[in-house]
Amino acid sequence: MDTLTLLLDGFASALTPQNLAFCAVGVLLGTFVGVLPGIGPAMAVALLLPLTFGLEPTQSFILFAGIYYGGMYGGSTTSILLNTPGESASVMTAIEGNKMAKKGRAAQALATAAIGSFIAGTIGTLLVAFFTPGLARVAVNIGAPSFFAIMLFSLVLVTAVLGSSKLRGFIGLAIGLTIGLVGLDLSTGQARLTGGVLQLADGIDIVVVAVGIFAIGEAMWIAAHLRRAPLDVIPVGRPFMSREDWSRSWRPWLRGTALGFPFGALPAGGAETPTFMSYVLERKLSRRSDEFGHGAIEGVAGPEAANNASAAGMFVPLLALGLPVTATAAVLLAAMRTYGIVPGPTLMADQPDLVWTLLASLLIGNTLLLAINLPLAPLWAKLLRIPRPQLYAGILFFASLGAYAVNQSAFDVALLLVFGAVGFAVRRFGIPLLPLILGVIIGPLMETKMREALDLSNGAISGLFNEPLAIFVYLLILLALVVPTVLSRVRGPVPHPVSNESEVS
Amino acid sequence: MWRMRRLGRRTTAILASLGVALSLAGCGVTRGDDSRDLLMIIPNSPGGGYDQTGRAAVGVMEDDDITGGSFTVENVIGAGGAAAMTQLIGEAGDEHTLMTVGLGVVGSTYSFASGYGPLDATPVAQLMSEPEGILVPADSPYETVDDFVDAWKADPSSLAIGGGSSPGGPDHLFPMQLADEVGIDPRDVNYVSYDGGGPLTSALLGSKIDVGFSGPAEFLGSVEDGELRMLAVSGEERSPQEAFADVPTLTESGIDLVFLNWRGLLAPPDISEERRDELIGYLEAMHDTPQWQDTLTENGWTDDFTTGDDFEAFLQEQDTRVSTTLTDLGLL
Repeated sequence: MDTLTLLLDGFASALTPQNLAFCAVGVLLGTFVGVLPGIGPAMAVALLLPLTFGLEPTQSFILFAGIYYGGMYGGSTTSILLNTPGESASVMTAIEGNKMAKKGRAAQALATAAIGSFIAGTIGTLLVAFFTPGLARVAVNIGAPSFFAIMLFSLVLVTAVLGSSKLRGFIGLAIGLTIGLVGLDLSTGQARLTGGVLQLADGIDIVVVAVGIFAIGEAMWIAAHLRRAPLDVIPVGRPFMSREDWSRSWRPWLRGTALGFPFGALPAGGAETPTFMSYVLERKLSRRSDEFGHGAIEGVAGPEAANNASAAGMFVPLLALGLPVTATAAVLLAAMRTYGIVPGPTLMADQPDLVWTLLASLLIGNTLLLAINLPLAPLWAKLLRIPRPQLYAGILFFASLGAYAVNQSAFDVALLLVFGAVGFAVRRFGIPLLPLILGVIIGPLMETKMREALDLSNGAISGLFNEPLAIFVYLLILLALVVPTVLSRVRGPVPHPVSNESEVS
Repeated sequence: MWRMRRLGRRTTAILASLGVALSLAGCGVTRGDDSRDLLMIIPNSPGGGYDQTGRAAVGVMEDDDITGGSFTVENVIGAGGAAAMTQLIGEAGDEHTLMTVGLGVVGSTYSFASGYGPLDATPVAQLMSEPEGILVPADSPYETVDDFVDAWKADPSSLAIGGGSSPGGPDHLFPMQLADEVGIDPRDVNYVSYDGGGPLTSALLGSKIDVGFSGPAEFLGSVEDGELRMLAVSGEERSPQEAFADVPTLTESGIDLVFLNWRGLLAPPDISEERRDELIGYLEAMHDTPQWQDTLTENGWTDDFTTGDDFEAFLQEQDTRVSTTLTDLGLL
């Protein structure tokens, strides 16, 4: 009850007409900056944070909250409309979202993303408000072995998305994992697959890979086939979500939130793994799994919710332990310090008014974001009425701008074109894009965690099994592998057998 | 893993082109004589140590109008600072560029084998130094550095040593030099690298590692709250910060090692002698301001200020030390 009173006090100090105006400005700015390709929420916050200096802490927080959630949401817009994800957390959104847009369902995709983000952000912020100190304690005990197990689990689930040809699926996965290998080995400093190019030493940014393979590859593909296939105009669908869209969206929203929040709260959890797991999970659970790959609304609703829940979860280690686990959190931490706020275990007890104002601001920012963006969705969707040649010219422009903006290097633009060519080639040979991009996302994450776990145990293999959560997840993997096989023996063949081969990759 | 993107002048231009006309305090930039303007290259992401140091110096110089022009700050991210180093060398002869440099950049130029080190540029000034700390979780059996060193000597590879930098960075060099000093072969040290102070703190709080080596500033809160214990600081004197007042130095504990992380400024190679002296003059003026002294105190930095040839000699010595340590480890 105490917490509730404190939160209401927070609302009381955050909810003034002037503050609401600040929040609205923040949401708009955040959305616009977030929509710009290559500028993710971290960048948006870092760019716009100077605007908050010189304001009262309360006003500054509320402006920040608007920018933060606005930036998070803005990334999904380009993913859906232009197939150019602005940051790694919205890569999964592009996969089904852009397919929906092509079928004339851009407005629904944007709406389910906006509402999903709202629900996930709200639930996430409330969880932060009520459970932060306790959660933070639990979270630090979850280490590399458990992460590795969870990722292995998601890799096993990947078999569900390999596509019709297992061989082509595994080729895609192998290409993705190879791209993920590029860069300096973190433990030994050995350069891998860099060819002596210094710019490759930090690895290849996932945004450059995704935009190259999705957007550039597709533009090249379309250009190559223009003569043979006539252009079909993108149909303009209904502006709002139908009853069916709602009923197909609400479960993925909640499941995405449930996946995203814990990962945000874990140190080094990030948003990539939960968005990816949410996508795979929805695809497994959906009764219309055949629709996946052709624009299934569940595939947008789940990952977007996971993305935003993880964004909210980030506040758990930040407020309770003073740990900035993401780039955005690091920027925010620096900002909090300028107000003399030192996050740490005693912050919530020492300066409750500021913490609760911040949390209330986040809830308000989230609500305003929905109020502003939902009506905008049908307007954004009209963008796709632009004739195809001009539309693709625009996509190429935004894709190049995005690749450049990530590190502001011309090298990345060249790299983008290389991945565009790879994207063209995999389309030509019918290699599915999804396993490829998952390999790029999951490979480096999994490697880092495995190396860390093994470093900690000084190389002993037992280091991979020394956390209860890790063992629990391994049991789940075993179940996931064994149960379908047993069931198929009992019931006869099932349409999607889970293959043991997945463990090898 | 998220990589922070750089906050450059070009992005600022994108922002401006958005037509974001917000007349809020803090975003006004006064434009003076262009020929007095300077570019400050930061070799890492916004919010990190290099960024704080570089921006603090720029802030003081702009507030007091020491250079008569304005500054542009550009974060050049990549290869632990080696990318920025390469860019600076590429600007040879450019008299309007400065770059923040430090121990980590020296290490990166080796571990990334980029071909250029800080000695290839023009050393301008060292701005500060900062000791490192040795940290353990509150429930650790080690109460003093001696406890830890004894256990470490008994079985070096059984202890997981964590640091917030990759091999070649300060948090890696410090435990290696400490090991060498107490008679442990650095090759036996089980070093686990974390992506910065945040992940390192959570590894310590969760007792995933036995001992952590890092700059003390980030652990202020956790030490004050009794979640972590600091066994020693590596400076010549104890930390001025109250929370660390009881933490002994290594030398007090009978270990003859002083290890300092430092940061300073470089200019591109081949600039004129006069311009170098002029740049040094700006920094001397900055160093004399009360704001800079406040900045040092606020951040817990040690006032280690040297310029020109003295700084060059210091860089030379640091360069040799880093390359010796990395060679001993077999990393080069």
